[in-house]
Amino acid sequence: MSSRVRMIVFAVGALGMVVLFATGFRRLPDFGGTFHPYGDRTVREALRQATPNVVSSINFDQRVLDTVGEELILFASALGAVVLLRAVDHEETESGTRHGHGAAEVFEALRLVGVVLLPITLVTGGYIVAHGQLSPGGGFQGGVVLGTAIHLIYLAGDYPALTRLRPVPLFEVGEAVAAGAFVALALLAVGAVPALNVAVGIEVGCALVLLIAKFFDQALLVGADGR
Amino acid sequence: MTDPLVAVALGLVVVMASGVVLTREPVRQAIALSVYGLTLGVLFVVLQAPDVAMSQLAVGTVVLPLIVVLAIHAARRHRGDR
Repeated sequence: MSSRVRMIVFAVGALGMVVLFATGFRRLPDFGGTFHPYGDRTVREALRQATPNVVSSINFDQRVLDTVGEELILFASALGAVVLLRAVDHEETESGTRHGHGAAEVFEALRLVGVVLLPITLVTGGYIVAHGQLSPGGGFQGGVVLGTAIHLIYLAGDYPALTRLRPVPLFEVGEAVAAGAFVALALLAVGAVPALNVAVGIEVGCALVLLIAKFFDQALLVGADGR
Repeated sequence: MTDPLVAVALGLVVVMASGVVLTREPVRQAIALSVYGLTLGVLFVVLQAPDVAMSQLAVGTVVLPLIVVLAIHAARRHRGDR
């Protein structure tokens, strides 16, 4: 496709997008207006349940089935990545230590930042999960923070330490158990927001660690024929 | 949409989004993507959506660029030019 044809295709698509977007926006109420039919109903329901955090109440009580769906989407995508990126016959994984150097050479300042930030970030992630029913945040946000936190070790240049810190089978089991627990809790104990938050936090954290671990494996993968 | 803070945040998002699209080198694009995620996070905070902002900051500025960079690295290794 020549660049001229490409520009024409883009122009047609962009024009359609602009028309649809503009007509869609014309009927929208103004930002910061006073007309909130859905908001009024959900806030009333949330207050009836005496919850301090309306967003959590919507996510884990009023619309918990939606959250189950989102949760299973993440579960399925992590599972898909693990299956697609597994090491097949003629590939073998190269551990970072095989070159004879343990930790990579990075600036001391970077190493220090990674080591100092790791515990702080872990505590922050735990806090966000544990206080999800009270303050902004919750299982998903905290889980993402926890999942990314342990990769600060990699940032500090120590990939071998990272592989020791995250045994993949453990995280696979953790993800599956937490996903199952979340579905069971959502069906049986609707409104148990802190428990649901913890299940989501574990599931999301494990899923992210698995996902990134598979991508790390792929980046360090070598073909058996030396490629 | 008269709040100047919202306008500034939206402007930053537009600038960084264009920056991501106009960057041609994939690794640099991943870094630009990370900054773009940061500006989106700021926009969400300004629009009073702290929950979404937290997810956006963690996923958009860290996880997504990291996965992109790792994927680029894997692809380059596979082709042999390290």
